[in-house]
Amino acid sequence: MAKADFKKFIIYSLFLGILILPMVGFPGRSFETARAFTIWGGIVGILAFWLVSKTVRRSDMYQRTAAHLAPFRNTVSRKFSKFPTKYYILALIIAVAAYPLLADNYMIDVGITCLIYIVLGLGLNIVVGLAGLLDLGYIAFYAVGAYSYSLLNLHFGISFWLALPIGMVIGGIFGCIIGYPTLKMRGDYLAIVTMGFGEIIRLVLNNWDKLTKGPNGLLGMAKPAVVYPAFTESGLGWVVYSLKSLHALYYLMFIIAVLTVIGVRRLDNSRIGRAWVAIREDEVAAELSGVPTTWLKLLAYAMGAAFASVVGAFFAAKLSYTNPNFFIFMESCIVLCIVVLGGVGSIPGIILAGIILIAVPEIFRELQNYRMLAFGLAMAAMMVLRPEGLIPASRRKRELHETDQFAPEDLKDGG
Amino acid sequence: MAVKAPILELEDVHTYYGKIHALKGVSCTIPSGDIACLIGANGAGKTTTLLTIFGVQRAHRGKIKFKGRPIHHLRPEQVAAQGISQAPEGRQIFPRMTTLENLEMGAYLRSDKAAVENDMEWVFGLFPVLKDRTQQLGGTLSGGEQQMLAIGRALMSRPELLLLDEPSLGLAPKLVERIFETILEINKKGVTIFLVEQNAHMALTISNTGYVMETGKIVLTDHAASLLKNEKVKKAYLGE
Amino acid sequence: MDNASFFIQQLINAIFLGSIFSLIALGYTMVYGIIELINFAHGELFTAGAFIGIIVLAALQNIGFVETHFVLTLILVFGMAMAYVAVLGVAIEQVAYKPLRKASRLAAILSALGMSIFLSNGMMLSQGVSDRAYPAILGMDGFSILDARITYGQIFIIVLSLVLMVALNMFVNWSRLGKAMRATAQNQTMARMLGIDIDRTIRATFMIGPALGAAAGVMVGMYYGSVRFDMGFIYMIKAFAAAILGGIGSIPGAVLGGMIIGGVEVLWSAFLPSEWKDVTTFVVLILVLYFRPSGILGEHVSESRV
Repeated sequence: MAKADFKKFIIYSLFLGILILPMVGFPGRSFETARAFTIWGGIVGILAFWLVSKTVRRSDMYQRTAAHLAPFRNTVSRKFSKFPTKYYILALIIAVAAYPLLADNYMIDVGITCLIYIVLGLGLNIVVGLAGLLDLGYIAFYAVGAYSYSLLNLHFGISFWLALPIGMVIGGIFGCIIGYPTLKMRGDYLAIVTMGFGEIIRLVLNNWDKLTKGPNGLLGMAKPAVVYPAFTESGLGWVVYSLKSLHALYYLMFIIAVLTVIGVRRLDNSRIGRAWVAIREDEVAAELSGVPTTWLKLLAYAMGAAFASVVGAFFAAKLSYTNPNFFIFMESCIVLCIVVLGGVGSIPGIILAGIILIAVPEIFRELQNYRMLAFGLAMAAMMVLRPEGLIPASRRKRELHETDQFAPEDLKDGG
Repeated sequence: MAVKAPILELEDVHTYYGKIHALKGVSCTIPSGDIACLIGANGAGKTTTLLTIFGVQRAHRGKIKFKGRPIHHLRPEQVAAQGISQAPEGRQIFPRMTTLENLEMGAYLRSDKAAVENDMEWVFGLFPVLKDRTQQLGGTLSGGEQQMLAIGRALMSRPELLLLDEPSLGLAPKLVERIFETILEINKKGVTIFLVEQNAHMALTISNTGYVMETGKIVLTDHAASLLKNEKVKKAYLGE
Repeated sequence: MDNASFFIQQLINAIFLGSIFSLIALGYTMVYGIIELINFAHGELFTAGAFIGIIVLAALQNIGFVETHFVLTLILVFGMAMAYVAVLGVAIEQVAYKPLRKASRLAAILSALGMSIFLSNGMMLSQGVSDRAYPAILGMDGFSILDARITYGQIFIIVLSLVLMVALNMFVNWSRLGKAMRATAQNQTMARMLGIDIDRTIRATFMIGPALGAAAGVMVGMYYGSVRFDMGFIYMIKAFAAAILGGIGSIPGAVLGGMIIGGVEVLWSAFLPSEWKDVTTFVVLILVLYFRPSGILGEHVSESRV
């Protein structure tokens, strides 16, 4: 066992003890020894596991076994990568489409929530991933979509399908309003300002009782309805089928999600997408090359906002209810987590992260409380260990590792 | 003539900025007590050389030895502890610290208070104008004053080797003369000086040894006096 | 209440609130000054201080220490809260910030955000979702100036803040480590070339800044009587606005900004509908960032790092 590693283990354990024992040990007036030491012990256990695994991996026996197995691993991974992506996508689509037929109502609802967050993640990805603008107030656009539909439907009777494009436009306008002041700002300040805007919108929705009924929220919006011609008692007429069942809503959301994925992929490969990459890499150079940075940045915000508005409208319609508390800052963080953990700019990554972050805590109910705790830690850990995310976007991986120092083989240290 | 022991040796040093190969095998030997200068065109790699010596840029290949000990793997703060100091390109004065505080920072690693005070008096003797400005913030000093402060600060650590990066840059001729005179004075006290300069003429005039650098390599090494008479050098760098 | 008394009362409240904001803002400004990163977790450090304060106080109350050794109690409560958060601050720096020093801004910001989420949820899980009551040891005794009222508790907090700020000022301007911190903040590479161990100065910054935030946390908890795991959020925003307003990176700026924000908040509460108070804070923040990001006392903010 490397002495330095063992020393590190001891020091980390002690520090963790100093930090954890007081906080966890005193939820009330007296020291809860069992609880505190169990938790501390658990974490020390994890550290010990790390230490042991590191030692094993360094050992001769492990190295030799790994060398033996290497050719097998290589053939297997080559076989996998040769498998065409098309089949993966097809399998995924079939799985997602067939899901409601196999699951109970509760799980379908979870599925819908998953899809909602995935679409939100993809929308935020346009802003953060493609254009490189850190938006911490993204959930505000979701709120705009929800409230737009609610108000339009409750006051003017506008149907879901008509409200959708109107909501997208309103969202886009808000995107431009929020984007405009941030055009000249640097990363840190951009984050704070967008967070500020997100909160302002939530607070306004909460306090402007006259318009939004404040913290009571809005109630009673119509579900999306499909109209089709059919034979009724009075002959050929129009039938209005209201999408009330969870199955119907699930498939609607599924269609929205698929359209979003297609839309984002298209954007990624388009001229606009490439221009965004140019801005993200070096804004000054892009501007000097004639890229209209102002317009493009606003466009990124507007498009991201438009996608969020669509899901927002769906969300309000599904519940027939909306409330400012659905749109707190933590929600923006969750969406950001999904994008970051999945891999900024990576569509499959975001889908995977969305499923993990939303579905897993639902399946394992006991883990619910620890969800955000794990998210936060995972986000920090991701940045340190694997900034490209779970499934890296191919461009991104190149970007992030380009600045790595030369490999040790290049250093012939004679010293 | 007695062979002076080398205080600094560079052996085939290569440095990269990302993918750009800035130093392509720089080798030179600076004898102890010398004034050595490195001249060359803009972008030749002169500043990079000084930064690599100090560990601010990593030497990816090659060795750097100070008094025989390898220093190429050391971090800048460790290099400073060896007895080397630098008045770098752009002077790098701490703008919101006073002149006095800047000088004090030069002596950061020292604990011998009385000696530090003596050295500060010596620095004030070399650059009297600094004594008038002790409480003035570094960022408000003129270019020339900042240059003097940078050199003074570098001297406060009682270095054995002093690296100077373009001390004459942007200064009026009279001031440049004064600075070069001061460099000679400092050298008389036993400090080895390695000087990077655009002003090739002045640099070669006060130096013992000269190195000419072109695109990342040292292409010519000679006594400074000989370089002054060298035809190629005269054409390229002395404007004749 | 006549005009003079009203004015005095508002002044007292403004100085009181401003002192607290200043302490928190100092934490932001010191960290930003040295590594150009907004420590999103600072609000949680403030909250952690408040919690440790309550824990220590409750423990001391259990053994009947508070009545007999009041001054020592205060020293222990503040001291241990500040010490704990200093350790926590360094831990965060080592784990989440140090490895990312050479990485992109985005990565550092996201790591900070992640730490903030992690800490606030950690406190929620360990200390509970609801408010935790602070034993009222400061009491409501005080005296009046005309018709305006100031409590001994308020005086204590204002004086303690002042003491901490003066101590910080002396440390930063006169001590070797303090000067090293200033040098590192102004020119990191040059500081290294003078032999300054910047890892050490950064660690020290992450002990002192958060410790000041912790002191503020104890003050807030003691004065308002309760602590909650998410109380840090709104204080974080206001203190951040204060730090920016005064000039991020500038220590006197943080104090100035804190006082201004405190004054604005008090005046707003006196004259205008309070539900909109928080919206105003955000609006002020955005306006400052848009029109004058360098703040009042700040130096030119470099555009190079994005």
